[in-house]
Amino acid sequence: MTDTLPEAEIGRARRRKEDGRLITGRTLWTDNIQLPGMLYIAFLRSPMAHARITRVDTSAAKTQPGVVAVFSGQDLADEQGSLPCAWPVTEDIVIPDHPPMAVGTVRYVGEAVACVVATDRYKAADALDAIEIDYEPLPAVLDMNEALAEGATPVHEGGNRSFTWQFGTGDVDAAFRDAPVVIERTYVQQRLIPSAMEPRAVVAQTDGDTYTVHSATQIPHVLRVMLAATTGIPEHKLRVVAPDVGGGFGSKLQVTAEEVLALLITKRLGRPVKWTESRSEGNLTVHHGRDQIQRISLAASADGVLRGVKVDLLADMGAYLMLVTPGIPLLGAFMYTGVYKMDAYDFTCTGVFTTKMPTDAYRGAGRPEATYAIERAMDELAHEIGVDPLEIRRRNWIKHEEFPYATAGGLTYDSGNYEAATDRALALFGYDKLRAEQSDRRDRNDSVQLGIGVSTYTEMCGLAPSRVLGSLRYGAGGWEHATVRMLPTGKVEVVTGTSPHGQGHETAWSQIVADALGVPFEDVAVLHGDTASAPRGMDTYGSRSLVVGGIAVLQACEKVKENARQVAAHLLECSPDDLEFTGGAFRVRGTGAAKTIQEVALATFAAHNLPDGFEPQLDAGSTFDPEAFSFPHGTHLCAIEVDTETGESKIRSYVAVDDIGNVVNPLIVEGQVHGGIAQGIAQALYEEAVYDTDGNLLTTTMADYLIPSAADLPDFTTDRTVTPATSNPLGVKGVGEAGTIASTPAVVNAIVDALSPYGIRDVAMPCTPERVWRAIQGGTS
Amino acid sequence: MIPATFEYVRPTTVEEAAQILRNAAGDDVKLLAGGQSLLPLLRLRLAYPAALIDIGRIDELRGVRDEPDHVYIAAMTTHDEVVKSAVVQEQCPLVALATAQVADPAVRHRGTFGGSMAHADPAGDLPAVALALDMTFVVLSADGTREIPAAEFFVDYLETALEPGEILLGAKVPKLGPGWGFHYEKFHRTAQAWAIVGVAAAVKRDNGTISEGRIALTNMGTVPVRAFAAERRLPGVPITNGYGELREAVSVAAEGTDPPTDLHGRPDYRRHLAVVLTERAVRQAAV
Ligand SMILES: Cc1cc2nc3c(=O)[nH]c(=O)nc-3n(C[C@H](O)[C@H](O)[C@H](O)COP(=O)(O)OP(=O)(O)OC[C@H]3O[C@@H](n4cnc5c(N)ncnc54)[C@H](O)[C@@H]3O)c2cc1C
Repeated sequence: MTDTLPEAEIGRARRRKEDGRLITGRTLWTDNIQLPGMLYIAFLRSPMAHARITRVDTSAAKTQPGVVAVFSGQDLADEQGSLPCAWPVTEDIVIPDHPPMAVGTVRYVGEAVACVVATDRYKAADALDAIEIDYEPLPAVLDMNEALAEGATPVHEGGNRSFTWQFGTGDVDAAFRDAPVVIERTYVQQRLIPSAMEPRAVVAQTDGDTYTVHSATQIPHVLRVMLAATTGIPEHKLRVVAPDVGGGFGSKLQVTAEEVLALLITKRLGRPVKWTESRSEGNLTVHHGRDQIQRISLAASADGVLRGVKVDLLADMGAYLMLVTPGIPLLGAFMYTGVYKMDAYDFTCTGVFTTKMPTDAYRGAGRPEATYAIERAMDELAHEIGVDPLEIRRRNWIKHEEFPYATAGGLTYDSGNYEAATDRALALFGYDKLRAEQSDRRDRNDSVQLGIGVSTYTEMCGLAPSRVLGSLRYGAGGWEHATVRMLPTGKVEVVTGTSPHGQGHETAWSQIVADALGVPFEDVAVLHGDTASAPRGMDTYGSRSLVVGGIAVLQACEKVKENARQVAAHLLECSPDDLEFTGGAFRVRGTGAAKTIQEVALATFAAHNLPDGFEPQLDAGSTFDPEAFSFPHGTHLCAIEVDTETGESKIRSYVAVDDIGNVVNPLIVEGQVHGGIAQGIAQALYEEAVYDTDGNLLTTTMADYLIPSAADLPDFTTDRTVTPATSNPLGVKGVGEAGTIASTPAVVNAIVDALSPYGIRDVAMPCTPERVWRAIQGGTS
Repeated sequence: MIPATFEYVRPTTVEEAAQILRNAAGDDVKLLAGGQSLLPLLRLRLAYPAALIDIGRIDELRGVRDEPDHVYIAAMTTHDEVVKSAVVQEQCPLVALATAQVADPAVRHRGTFGGSMAHADPAGDLPAVALALDMTFVVLSADGTREIPAAEFFVDYLETALEPGEILLGAKVPKLGPGWGFHYEKFHRTAQAWAIVGVAAAVKRDNGTISEGRIALTNMGTVPVRAFAAERRLPGVPITNGYGELREAVSVAAEGTDPPTDLHGRPDYRRHLAVVLTERAVRQAAV
């Protein structure tokens, strides 16, 4: 960002380059791949939450039409290995063996127990009926508190506690001792099912020596390393491709049983294989999200100034630890102090095994949980001492002149301006007018009550400084790589280690390159998602792509420019220091002489006349490892009408003012914010994975697992304040998860605010009409 | 999931379809209309029919006809065609009002009027409308045609009075004449979701009071239910500033119902909703 160009690309609301092919579907999705001799895999899945497998007979299935092979877990026991967990959060963490197909015992409904490989997917599905398996049922373990109780059925040998992780700063006992106000609340983060538009799919093939896996994954690079480690196929003989991928929200940040098995089966049979999940299969077996019981306590002075916060968390791991399962609650551990100042903070989290689908990353991963608890609890504190929820926040938040600020949560926030974002939000919302209407409805005892919800959130994203990840025992680094190549005709190819699955990196990276190298936006192509063409990368999750990967692109451009400067100086017969770079050309200061970067690219390609000892190429790579996380923040305000006769909650208006620093493409940001808010509202009002008392998932279809569509959501009023991050040269912060993190507490705070005349201080999520109605019945009777 | 193997035939006349049905007697064959209910059952492998008879190319099964005393809606008319039909909008607006609330545009372009009735899902919106308007269903088999009044058509959960071998041709919707108002009140959690409870109301207005009302409830039992107890109390209820009396009259709306329990509501909540929504439906229909 050193050059001023006539028309800066950064900041332009460019339409996304990739959308034409993504929207029309004229692109490569994993399930589109057809290879000669391809076989199809179908999985037989456990109908029991917890049982011993006493007999497996696949012989009848093997004789079904079109069937090429049938495998049970036992058949592959020697080679299938154990699915990886890359985040052993404590030294004494229990990480149970996790065979891709169950051997001996099943531990959740949907766990793969056997599979059929057949010549088409219909025959594969038909033959599943012919596999005979006998189960000897064991008790299901569904409730975390019961799982930890004395004498509980162990999900694994060694009991149901996977780990207990602790963290704290300051003297929390002192903060709570004699505190005039103490608030203690328990909140439940219900279990959620990530619902990407494209289901998971994998295609594996081999030429007998090397292997290629196409997968609808967010993490081709991580997957390659992990598949090599799990299967023993050497990394250099394994290529992983994430072609265009239709969404993930964390659910495709995984190394799945199906990916490992597809690779092993192609190795065994020597033929290409494909597996594509159905939506119901996905609801059962895509890793789930959230599922925590949060006990949060605040200690405050009589006028509501925070002294300390204590958090005690139970996190449901499900039946096994998957790629980063135990780390998810830890990503929230540092965020329970929110935007607030306090003297002391204490956090404890226990990971618990149950006989349910394992949990793992889901949009926001740890931070939505933390933000929810602190933003709900701050409303309780406001209620307790009788001040407006905004006032309690003003009394406690970090003031803009106090940045950089070292929080009790152990982080240093580099920048922020909570006052500015809140003022802007209030102006857009019409706060006072809505409060007046609220009190009028209360006075009239109107059957429709109005509630106003506030969320002044911040979050940490842009994973991450590798050193910090290391100190948290995370199994990898947090850097990102980019290579920028100048083609002979002056066009530019960017190879990025990020792995977009809907985010629009091709557009945003093009804008960064266009400004840095002075080339037209249209002249930039972005390659990604293939370990053969983009060998170095850490992929896309945790709102990291721009703040880490985008910076790598920028730095690589700077190197290319410096290379080009050498050539230009040679051609212009001047010293490199005499050149300034503007408008895509190196110009000799004070004279009219210039060489465009395209001319330099061609001259370098020809290599007829280069500086002595200069290698004939301009290309450069850069790997960026940030020094710090980025900390987006903002103020979200939500007005909700609650129909007290039916219990229905209808969002009347929603204002989001986010501060994500500088913006590369406002249209992409708008999309992320809208989708994020929708997903957070979905947790507040609609979504919940429900298991019955036997451990059967009841929400296997979209008729039962409700996802709101545009028709169910209000128009969002969005705006931004701009406080550039100081932790990276673009001054950008991540925006992929902010909306989700912010919106859930804003919505629930609004519902509780609407119902407070009934003496209601909490409604469990999702706040369904029935739950709200029942709360009102209980509150008035 | 993906469906099990089935045969597929596509007749072009109803007689041909009836003959195929007769020949298949004993086998599990299914008529395929818009497929919006049947295909999910196949894909989830909750149904394994040996053959599907696609009646989507039979011209005489499509369209709306304006007859002297009734409107005839042919079975294969799609929800979208019903909603957009001027005849339906003018002569039996309740059908249009309810159909417009079925699912989402994609489903309404494929799902059919007859398919909804024949499928008889208690959460479907149209069976209650059929009941409230006293529709008559016209049915054909290889033996000829017969008519079945709506009150006898819905027999049990996903079960109608249609015999194996019978095809639903369409329904006669009686014209009620002047003075009637209509409303369909649907309560559901997302726009494209099925009703937790729905209320179809037809109300005759006479000099500022309700003179006659018909109320049918969606998803309050295994079949749609007429709220006769509430209907009996409606005559004489004033339309303007008489909501107290209306509330009183409809307080018995859930009488005799046996609502299901599922993730979206338990029976006591549904009974409560039936009363609240009936009041709203009647009020809307009356204004
Ligand atoms: C996502 C989704 C949401 C939906 N939401 C709603 C909703 O909110 N409200 C609602 O009312 N409906 C809803 N539906 C169902 C929709 O209205 C269906 O169209 C309808 O239930 C069945 O009509 P169909 O033409 O698709 O019938 P099909 O699925 O083709 O057939 C259904 C059954 O009826 C039988 N059948 C069909 N036609 C005839 C005939 N002429 N004679 C005899 N038997 C016949 C078939 O054999 C089959 O058993 C929804 C469907 C989907 C997929």
